[in-house]
Formats: sequence, C-alpha cells, structure tokens
Amino acid sequence: MNKQALQDKAALIRQHIIREVYHAGSGHPGGSLSATDIMTVLYFHEMNIDGNDPSNPNRDRFVLSKGHASPVLYACLAEAGFFPKEDLVTFRKLGSCLQGHPSMLKLCGVEMSTGSLGQGFSASVGMALAGRLDGRDSRIYVMLGDGELQEGITWEASMAAAHYGLDNLCAIVDHNGLQIDGKNDDVMRVMPIAEKFRAFGWNVIELDGHDLDAIAAGFRKAGKHKGAPTVLVAETHKGKGVSFMEDQAGWHGKAPDREQAEQAMAELGGIL
Amino acid sequence: MADKIATRQSYGRALVELGALRQDIVVLDADLSGSTMTKEFAKVYPERFFNAGIAEANMYGMAAGLAVSGKTVFASTFAIFAAGRAFEIIRNSIGYTGANVKICATHAGLTVGEDGASHQAIEDLALMRTIPGMTVLNPADDVSARKLLQAAAEWNGPVYVRLGRAAVPVIYAEETDIQIGKAVTLRDGKDCTIIATGLLVSRAMEAAELLAEEGIDVRVLDMHTLKPMDEGAVIRAARETGSIVTAEEHTVIGGLGAAVAQICCEKAPAKVSFVGIQDTFGESGKPDELLEKYGLTAAAIAEAVRTVK
Ligand SMILES: Cc1ncc(C[n+]2csc(CCOP(=O)(O)OP(=O)(O)O)c2C)c(N)n1
Ligand SMILES: [Mg+2]
Repeated sequence: MNKQALQDKAALIRQHIIREVYHAGSGHPGGSLSATDIMTVLYFHEMNIDGNDPSNPNRDRFVLSKGHASPVLYACLAEAGFFPKEDLVTFRKLGSCLQGHPSMLKLCGVEMSTGSLGQGFSASVGMALAGRLDGRDSRIYVMLGDGELQEGITWEASMAAAHYGLDNLCAIVDHNGLQIDGKNDDVMRVMPIAEKFRAFGWNVIELDGHDLDAIAAGFRKAGKHKGAPTVLVAETHKGKGVSFMEDQAGWHGKAPDREQAEQAMAELGGIL
Repeated sequence: MADKIATRQSYGRALVELGALRQDIVVLDADLSGSTMTKEFAKVYPERFFNAGIAEANMYGMAAGLAVSGKTVFASTFAIFAAGRAFEIIRNSIGYTGANVKICATHAGLTVGEDGASHQAIEDLALMRTIPGMTVLNPADDVSARKLLQAAAEWNGPVYVRLGRAAVPVIYAEETDIQIGKAVTLRDGKDCTIIATGLLVSRAMEAAELLAEEGIDVRVLDMHTLKPMDEGAVIRAARETGSIVTAEEHTVIGGLGAAVAQICCEKAPAKVSFVGIQDTFGESGKPDELLEKYGLTAAAIAEAVRTVK
C-alpha cells in the first residue's frame, strides 16, 4: 500500500475505534489510538497475512500484548477481511466474538489471547522459537505498552528472546508516556527504554510512531537484522487523532458519550 | 429499594478512616488506584501510599517486606492479578511468613463485566483458601465490608479480602455486629439452608422470599468468612435443616461450596447442592446478563433448594 492509502486506512481504523468503544459504552480508546499508525503499517504493508487464509502456517503473526487495545486490533482484522465490519459494533457485548480483551478461541485472526499485561510478550517468544524449529521464514510481531514494561515478565521475555537470538521476533513499544494512574514517570519510571533493551541484547530502533514512512522503514530494518530480536521504541501520543483525548490519561479506559463520539468522528473525517 | 454501593467504595472509605487512627498503616497499589479506590487514601496520606506500577508480584513482595518491618499493609489490585499473578509470592512471602498484609482484591468475579474472562477472577477464593494461615473474607455489602476491613486491620496476619466492582444492595444496619469467623443468620428456617457469600447473599435472600411464597421455609447464612469457616453454623444447618445450597460468584471448585461440603462429609452428612460457576471461563457482557447466563440468580438458587431439600 502507498503512503496515501495507508494514511486513509489509519483514519478509517481510528473511526472504527471510536465506534466500537462508543457502542460498547466501555473500552480503551487512548492506547488504541496511539497504536493505530503502527498497526496500520503492520496489517496493510508489512505483514504477510490473508483474511481468507488465516491458518496458513507460513503467515506472519501479531500478538497484542497490551490486550486492552483490542479496538485497534479488531478494526485492523475487520479491514483486512477476517470478519465483517458490521460486527465491530458488537464489541464487549454478551455473545460477541469481540471480547473486551482478545480471545483467540473466539475470533479468527487473534493469534494469542491477551489482556493480562506481559503475558503476550512471553507467548511471542515461544511463537518465534516454534517458527525457527519449523524452519519457517515467517515473522512474529508483538506490541507492548510502556506501562506494561513495568511487569517483571517483560524483562524475563526480553532476556529469553535475546538469549535464543530470535531475529524473527520484532517487538514494538507504544511509548505514549501514560498508563492508568498517570504518567509513567510519576507512577513508576520505565525510562530509559532503549538503553534497557540494548543492555538485554536487542537491536533497538527509535522512531516516531505516527510517521508511516519511519515505521515502515523500521520494520524493513528489523527484518534485515540477524542474530538478535529487534524492538521498535515508538514515540506516540495516547488518544492520537482526537483532540480532547490526546495525551490524557483519563481517556485510557473510558467511552465517549454521544456528543464526544460525534466530535471525535468529525475530527477523524467520519460519521458515527 | 435498598441503597446500592460497591464494596470497593466501602474499601476506599474504610482506608481513610483507618489511616487516621493508625500511623502504621501503609497502602500499596499497582496502577489501578482509581478503580480499587486506594486513591482515597493516597489523597489524604500521600506519604504512606506507594504505587508499585504494573508489577503485582513485586508489589506483594514489597508488602511482605514492609510488614515484617512492622507496618500493617493494605495492598490492592484486581483479584485476578492479586490471587492470580502474584499467587506464589503471596504464598511464600506473605503466607509462609505470616506477614501482616491485607490483600484487598477488587473487581472479583464475573461482575467485572465487559472486560471479559481474562479479568474475571472466579478462582481467587479457592487459591487463597489453600494457603495455611490465610484468612479469607468476602463481604456482601457496604456495612459488612467496612466492619470486616476494620477487623482485618486489627487481625494479626495475612488476610485476603474479596471486593467487587458492581454496586450491590446494602443489607445490614450500621450497628450490626459482624466478626471474622462468625456466619450471620439473616433468616431462620427449617426446610433447607442457603449458605451464601459476597454478591450472592442478597440474591439468596430474594430466593428465600420466593420459596416462602411456596411454603418452603429456608434459613439463610451470610458466610462472609471463608476461612476460618464457622463450622458450627454449617453443622447446625446440616443437622437442623437437613440440606444445604451454597451460593457463590466463583467456580464450584474449591470455594465456599467445597468448604461446606468438606465439613458436612466429615461431621454432619447432609445433601449439598452448589450454585456457582460450573468449571468454565466467563466472557464479556453486562454484569447482570452474566449472572443470569451463568446461573447465579435468585431463581437458580431457589431451584437448587427445591431439588435438594
Ligand atoms: C497484569 C496486569 N495488571 C494490570 C492490568 C490493568 N491495566 C490494564 S491497562 C493498564 C495500563 C497499561 O499502560 P500501558 O502499558 O502504558 O498501555 P497504553 O498506555 O498503551 O494503553 C493496566 C494497569 C492488566 N491488564 N494486567
Ligand atoms: Mg502507555
């Protein structure tokens, strides 16, 4: 996909996120919007996936370790043809395939059930090991929150990935600087992130997580790097694209009311 | 219509009251202080509040260290991350040492609602019951929550307190005497006993009323303390009413029902029927829809009574 098409896709994904969360009356818009540009590049440019052939063993795999950002994952899967877009409005409702946090047994295209922070990262290390055992050249991508890095398990996973030289694994840290109780810096400092991963033996690429070209270039470089896993430390803004949500911790896990949702959609160039 | 208050709100209030009386009380949270309501304490006593970040295992380890150094520690997160993720830390650093830590776990059970199965702790009571010396509390309403939290602060040793996200009816008068280890008889009866805990206590009372209309006279016990359990109350229920229905917002494996059945098997054989979650994960939905779907309703409790009595 060219840059203009990717930009348009990202705007559509953001509109889906607002619709999902609005219709559910709950959910996590902030961290979905901060991850949107990275996820758009992954699903519509970088990854080898096909909504019509979801169990092809040679597909690339994506794990949303920050599982609360399920709205952005569901929007990407719907746009990529894994399920009908009309289903997006069933998010979080009884009987829906779109669980509050992604469930691989309920929705095709979800590669790992997540929601408990840190666990998806460990699972992605196992998936990368399996890929190597099977001699596949498919890649594993895993998206982490910066607050999520406070979990000890993330550093256990980092150590293991570097120890086994998993160059088929690419992690992305959605570095929006916020978590639930406020700024990372106030709650529990995680900085410096890049230095920590370097010390753990990772290839580290720092980039602007809203610059589509930079993101695509980051994934290209990650794919070429041999002998160690790569992490993209992506500078982002929580709530990106919706003025009143941007950089606000209060929009981590809250649904907009009708008026707010309409304003958000207008800013994103859509209608509710 | 009774007032409705979530027991996590009761917790926020109780912490502020305790903080004023006791300088040794320290509160920890893991990036959920606005949801667990420890933020209320943090606002008033910022110097005695520590945010551990999203690191529950480390938080319970720090709690143990503070406690063995003389502090009374209240450490909170959602039940799934407390009893679940931090289980082995709680067992070895808090249980095995008898550390004075109060593990106040909110958002327990299916009534977490829309967040879905990954966040619905339906096995926490079972996990915590297995730890030697752990006191396990599951208050049914605002009044009993505040009284039991007060008692937990005075209790020397580890205590697990299960608290809810959803607002629940207030069933007790403010002056009711509620003590750790003593079941409350909410209603006396002779045909069967419903032993309920937490959120299902008010539903058990509704079931008793439904049954009374049919001429079935049931006793209702609020078993707010799962451990140490009020054995006497269970034995009397078995002997005097002949049958028991247990009701809990928890898997039927290892929780209230299992504890009651164990007492009955050993000391006072009686027929027991279990209302709870039947060895399955939950899912996303509204709290009331989920309680309905998973059979945790007054109607389901009443039906269990009709079958077992
Ligand atoms: C193990 C665990 N602890 C706590 C939570 C509750 N929780 C959900 S999201 C969140 C904050 C996440 O912050 P971050 O990783 O920075 O995500 P983002 O800012 O990208 O939304 C927390 C504490 C959880 N889901 N899992
Ligand atoms: Mg963040």
